[in-house]
Amino acid sequence: MYLLLRMTAERLFFGLITLLIVSIIIFSAVELLPGDLAQEILGQSATPEAVAAFRRELGLDQAPWIRYLDWLAAISSGDFGRSLANGREISELMSSRLGNTLFLASYAALIAIPVSLILGILAALYRNSWFDRLTNLVTLSSISFPEFFIAYILILFFSVKMALLPSLANISPEMGLGDKLLRTLLPALTLTLVVVAHMMRMTRAAIINVLSSSYIEMAKLKGMSPLRIVVCHALPNALAPIINVIALNLAYLVVGVVVVEVVFVYPGLGQLLVDSVSKRDVTVVQAASLIFAGTFILLNLLADLMSIVTNPRLFNPR
Amino acid sequence: MKFLSLLKQAPLSAQFGVLVITLYLIVVIFAPVLAPYGEREVLDSEYLPWGGEYLLGTDNLGRDMLSRLIYGARNTVGIALVTTIIAFVGGGLLGLVAAIMGGWVDQLLSRAIDVVMAIPALIFALLILTIVGTSTTSLIFVIAVLDSTRVFRLARSVAQTVVVMDYVEAAKARGEGLWWIIRKEVLPNVSAPLIAEFGLRFCFVFLFISALSFLGLGIQPPSADWGSMVRDNATLITFGDVTPLIPAAAIALLTVAINFVVDWALHRSSGLKD
Amino acid sequence: MKDSVTAENLLSMRGVKISAEIDGNWQDIVHGVDIDLKPGEVLGLIGESGAGKSTLGLAAMGYSRSGCKISEGAITFKGQRLDQMSEKQLQRLRGSKIAYVAQSAAASFNPAHKLIDQYCETPVQHNIASREHSELEAIALYRQLQLPNPESIGFRYPHQISGGQLQRAMTAMAMACKPDLIIFDEPTTALDVTTQIEVLSAIKEIVSTYNTAAIYITHDLAVVAQMADRIQVLKQGNTMEIASTEKMLSDPQHDYTKTLWAVREMSRTAKVLSDDYVVEVKNITATYPGNDLPVLKDVSFKVPRGQTTAVVGESGSGKSTTARVIMGLLQAQQGSVIFNQKTLHKNYRKRSKTELRNIQMIYQMADTALNPKQPIYEIIGRPLAFYQGIKGEENKRRVRELLTLIDLDPDIYYSRLPGELSGGQKQRVSIARALAAEAELIICDEVTSALDQVVAEGILKLLDRLQQEYNLSYLFITHDLATVRAIADQVIVMYQGKVVDQAPTEALFKPPYHPYTEKLLSSVPQMDSHWLDNLLLARANKENEKANEHN
Repeated sequence: MYLLLRMTAERLFFGLITLLIVSIIIFSAVELLPGDLAQEILGQSATPEAVAAFRRELGLDQAPWIRYLDWLAAISSGDFGRSLANGREISELMSSRLGNTLFLASYAALIAIPVSLILGILAALYRNSWFDRLTNLVTLSSISFPEFFIAYILILFFSVKMALLPSLANISPEMGLGDKLLRTLLPALTLTLVVVAHMMRMTRAAIINVLSSSYIEMAKLKGMSPLRIVVCHALPNALAPIINVIALNLAYLVVGVVVVEVVFVYPGLGQLLVDSVSKRDVTVVQAASLIFAGTFILLNLLADLMSIVTNPRLFNPR
Repeated sequence: MKFLSLLKQAPLSAQFGVLVITLYLIVVIFAPVLAPYGEREVLDSEYLPWGGEYLLGTDNLGRDMLSRLIYGARNTVGIALVTTIIAFVGGGLLGLVAAIMGGWVDQLLSRAIDVVMAIPALIFALLILTIVGTSTTSLIFVIAVLDSTRVFRLARSVAQTVVVMDYVEAAKARGEGLWWIIRKEVLPNVSAPLIAEFGLRFCFVFLFISALSFLGLGIQPPSADWGSMVRDNATLITFGDVTPLIPAAAIALLTVAINFVVDWALHRSSGLKD
Repeated sequence: MKDSVTAENLLSMRGVKISAEIDGNWQDIVHGVDIDLKPGEVLGLIGESGAGKSTLGLAAMGYSRSGCKISEGAITFKGQRLDQMSEKQLQRLRGSKIAYVAQSAAASFNPAHKLIDQYCETPVQHNIASREHSELEAIALYRQLQLPNPESIGFRYPHQISGGQLQRAMTAMAMACKPDLIIFDEPTTALDVTTQIEVLSAIKEIVSTYNTAAIYITHDLAVVAQMADRIQVLKQGNTMEIASTEKMLSDPQHDYTKTLWAVREMSRTAKVLSDDYVVEVKNITATYPGNDLPVLKDVSFKVPRGQTTAVVGESGSGKSTTARVIMGLLQAQQGSVIFNQKTLHKNYRKRSKTELRNIQMIYQMADTALNPKQPIYEIIGRPLAFYQGIKGEENKRRVRELLTLIDLDPDIYYSRLPGELSGGQKQRVSIARALAAEAELIICDEVTSALDQVVAEGILKLLDRLQQEYNLSYLFITHDLATVRAIADQVIVMYQGKVVDQAPTEALFKPPYHPYTEKLLSSVPQMDSHWLDNLLLARANKENEKANEHN
């Protein structure tokens, strides 16, 4: 138990450190911006006094590390500063959008995880059958497709040709859940198609990797049925890699929504990020990157912890 | 010759993959010969339908769609290839060094890479491109650096399985230098998985650049590029016109082809097992 | 006549052919073997690697590994044709009527489940007994097999108990449904000799208590002599000879069988120890990085020049670690290594080229010791070029010379890759690589352990010849006492990181013995079918005497 606790604490600690370093990188990336930020924002026509005043307002007259600490302290209390483009509070700008993004990602995850686990187990059970070959071909192709390709194909069929689903996922907070789910079905399906292929292949590979172990041969020689061998003997030992893949894909979902949000004009964080990048609205980019990176790190940390907990060797030390 | 005889025994999917890759290479090399019009020539009115003078119609600015598609192969594939090569040489070499040297060198490199990898690549790329601007050079460099982290991880882990072999220890104990060990002892034994990984990394970079271009943050106009071609002509889809899907399909086809070949290569190197 | 034979047989295999897929072609690896087994009888299947003994053992369960298939012949078990059964029918038979004990228990127990869960799985899934009933039986069997804490040991995970105990637990698991037949596939090969005895006696106990028939597969003659009623000798998928154990031991008929017997008798007269030492190891204490417990504790010994010093011990005794310390691959905390009266730097990186050249190592696994992507001329030619700057035509000539020296035809082998060589040939190339460096001391780390006995004998003879020609000094690390007798002039016995005994070879094998050396020597199976029974009896008597003294 001691080892388990120590490893958990270690991972948590490293996760925290990573988060800190990432915040430093994101902060200093902005520092590296060529030229004077205040001048850039106000334009060449601004008077030197105006620039100086603006610099003070932004805190640019202070040493970088003091500004970093201020920035960090402000963020910890939920204050991300103001947008350079329109002067609005960033936290206000982001709050509903973050919710939307997480909604879309979880929607896709809820469809994708069970589907890919079941398909992965089936493909491992019937490996080298026509079913396995077919899923291999299909998943390999769908991994190769750019997200926007899948998205537009779905739009072409489901909204243009058949007129079943809306091509724009413009949702608003007043909508009911059913309406929301219907309107976001196409983006969710796009994301699902992208991650299912990957998760399913990894699940299959993890199980097949375990199936070549001696203890699987032993189970066969004990007269166990193929289904029991996969479910009771192979799956428990393939859990760690599978959990890892799921977490990785959850993390991917949160980030991968960027392109999908743009295609479906979905009011999420990703679209905000892309808009801000083209406007070079640095403070918003900074805040959005931090949120995305934070979610990503947390999900990876979760995967790490889960794979420790599911390993009998670590859970029951000598 | 040996490759051709190997190819004969390969599954249909791999043969198809090799054929497609060859076709793309021909298009990339002979783009100016094959394209009926110039890359940036505005010829006619916008969104002309298929057939007639312009085989695939014209785009949102009245340029020939087919010519843009052919030149796009050059730009998109070319940039992705250069990026992948840079990422591979840098990340691969560092990965091998980390695996062979071990100790603090390995710790330092691995921890640094861990941190970079903790930030999602797309977000990192967007962040840096905001700052350095979206020129082709910065695009190549940023993506190469981000992608080299993944190459590093793979190169390090496959090299680690080789480094523990007695023949590497024997070479170390003989007094051989680092460069000899990389070149003669480790590299020949990791080349198969690394070449397969090169294909996969190329696909990833290729898709990544296409996604950035699609978002308007990658290869900049007026250069023809598949990702931005989809974006620029996307409105046509709402009228049931599939033209914007052609560049997207071109991207998909190449990645599918490469994946088929890599899948076959990995299958072969794993000793024809499951 | 034939029918009556099969009727009383528990298992009868007739003309069994098994083929394997090699590079896309199906080739026979077992060419029509007959096996007969009566109820309660133990048959020993013996042969070297590639003899097809494991494949046949599995075929007795109607099973073949992926890439193999039973292509011809009849396998009849209790009047049922296994080769004609459906997979479902075979499932019902496996585990309940025929059970299997694998070579590596550590790999064959599922790491995710407790031992007793894995025990109970068979009877419960086969609907033979309830879970509660099976648990009680498991505990009884664990007790019978003398596993420590039989009530609780089953509730532990496989990685929590030792190799010998696991192997006994696996024997218990095979007995879970009281099968009619158990296949033992090299169950003690991976174990140390002292642990081997516990497992052998456990197996013997089980087989005789329940009168279970068994097929005992091994490459070790002395082991099979303890276990089997009858021995069948296999070579490359063919039966060479079948006879009762007594007859086979006393009067082997077939030439091949005789060569197997002969190898064990190899020995040579040890030289009188020289007092000119090539290497002196002084008070070495070493730990592996990241581990506090020392693997070596105050190890000291000397290696006389031009002679062979054997280091013997069981796994974990620190014998290979000693070699790594001498090589400078592991840095000792304390102590020093003195080579030709000069103290060597602890780290090989800080040693001079000449110092590195003078100590060469030959590894146990020739497969991993030779770079599979380098042709033979590069493997042997590199030390010549690296140490002596011999390049071009001269290098070529020297490589060819060395190949001739190790009895490999240069015209055939010069440009081959290691993958195209047999195990013994690879080990010869390793030797040539060490010779190319013109080393004074060659450390041989278990160089014959992975080889078949006949091949191993060839390697030992080659090493002996080279020693005489070039006045080489060997530090010969091994766990096998027969090998020690065959090659050593001096013996160092190690146990748990310490040198416990050290003597000239002749003296070591004669009384008075050091207690640990005696245990080690007595644990080596002898070619006498009563050896195990006698030994266990003797040890039990000793225990009794001790107990009496205490009283």
